[in-house]
Amino acid sequence: MENLVNIFVKSIFIDNMVFAYFLGMCSYLAVSKTVKTSVGLGLAVVFVLGITVPVDYLLHNFVLREGALAWLSPKFAEVDLSFLSFIMFIAIIASMVQLVEMIVEKFAPALYSSLGIFLPLIAVNCAILGGSLFMQERDYNSIAEATSFGLGSGLGFFLAIIGIAAIREKIRYSDIPAPLRGLGITFIITGLMGLAFMSFMGIKI
Amino acid sequence: MSEKEPLFSPKNRKLIFNPLSKDNPITVQVLGICSALAVTVKMKPAFVMALSVMVVLASANVIVSLLRNTIPNRIRIIVQLVIIALLVILVDQVLKAYVYDVSKQLSVFVGLIITNCIIMGRLEAFALGNKPWPSFLDGIGNAAGYGLILMIVAFFRELFGSGSIFGFQIIPDVWYIKNGGFYENNGLMVLSPMALITVGIIIWVHRSKNRDLIEKK
Repeated sequence: MENLVNIFVKSIFIDNMVFAYFLGMCSYLAVSKTVKTSVGLGLAVVFVLGITVPVDYLLHNFVLREGALAWLSPKFAEVDLSFLSFIMFIAIIASMVQLVEMIVEKFAPALYSSLGIFLPLIAVNCAILGGSLFMQERDYNSIAEATSFGLGSGLGFFLAIIGIAAIREKIRYSDIPAPLRGLGITFIITGLMGLAFMSFMGIKI
Repeated sequence: MSEKEPLFSPKNRKLIFNPLSKDNPITVQVLGICSALAVTVKMKPAFVMALSVMVVLASANVIVSLLRNTIPNRIRIIVQLVIIALLVILVDQVLKAYVYDVSKQLSVFVGLIITNCIIMGRLEAFALGNKPWPSFLDGIGNAAGYGLILMIVAFFRELFGSGSIFGFQIIPDVWYIKNGGFYENNGLMVLSPMALITVGIIIWVHRSKNRDLIEKK
């Protein structure tokens, strides 16, 4: 149990998707103009990551990795399908996003219309595929660990996008040099936020 | 576009050279930032990354452009993802076979070419509506624009962070404090936030040279 909490906290603060690995930058920059839409996108990312990472974990451990097919029959024990992992992961992610899109459209039409094009684009959000690939690389021991990693990374993205959206709403009133306006200043603020998040790196858990 | 148009007509040349500056995928179109920043600590991985993106983008553009009249509109995203994923798997296997150390350094970021927004963005915006040859040029041009920014960022980060360029030591050894000199590498440049700030400054310089790119209030 302690282990799960550690992974959760670590993936929110120390290995933050946005500040430590720059994943999900595209939607992070594009959607963070107002707090309201960024809350919607953040929640969608938490949800999708929380589902796809465990599903991809099962896929990785029971189908793709070397010797994973041994449960089917001993003669498959040497089959290594891990070169297929990119295409399988992206297929799972795309279908999950489709599912989330249908659910949101049915139960929260207002959120659906405010997210607009960005909901389908979660499928190509690097943070989602990155979550699955990091899960594969770090070799978590159980599905519970993979789930807490997925939810933690999603929450990290959520925090980051809400933080930058709040700052961008305020910064509209300040006098920034014209060439730096918009994209440029957002990059620099993100860099400074990343520096602040690095102070968590000293924490040993 | 007529059949007899020369291969490098002014229009086609524009496809290659516009993305280098005026229509740069990173600083103007805001595409493909995720991977651009993470691989720029050293120049060598950045170069390999830019090359891989170029291969994937140019071939994906050509394939999608050849198939553009047969892909049903409703499922085009998944078709595009499958095409990109196939190409990325090929690139990944080649990298693992020939430059294993770089492939280890790039770790998950080779896989993340699949979700690199440049590729999806160019497929959607260009290849779906154009013939194969212009699409090929568009792919090369955009990947070159992406690579250019990658190399600039990596140049500064490697020079100040490790004192070398492409792995060759530039700052003389005797300058370092540990050898009795006065110089110390700037450890901050190796850390990830400095990549963001470097790109921010590149955007600043770029936009003050091209004033028409400045965003309206």
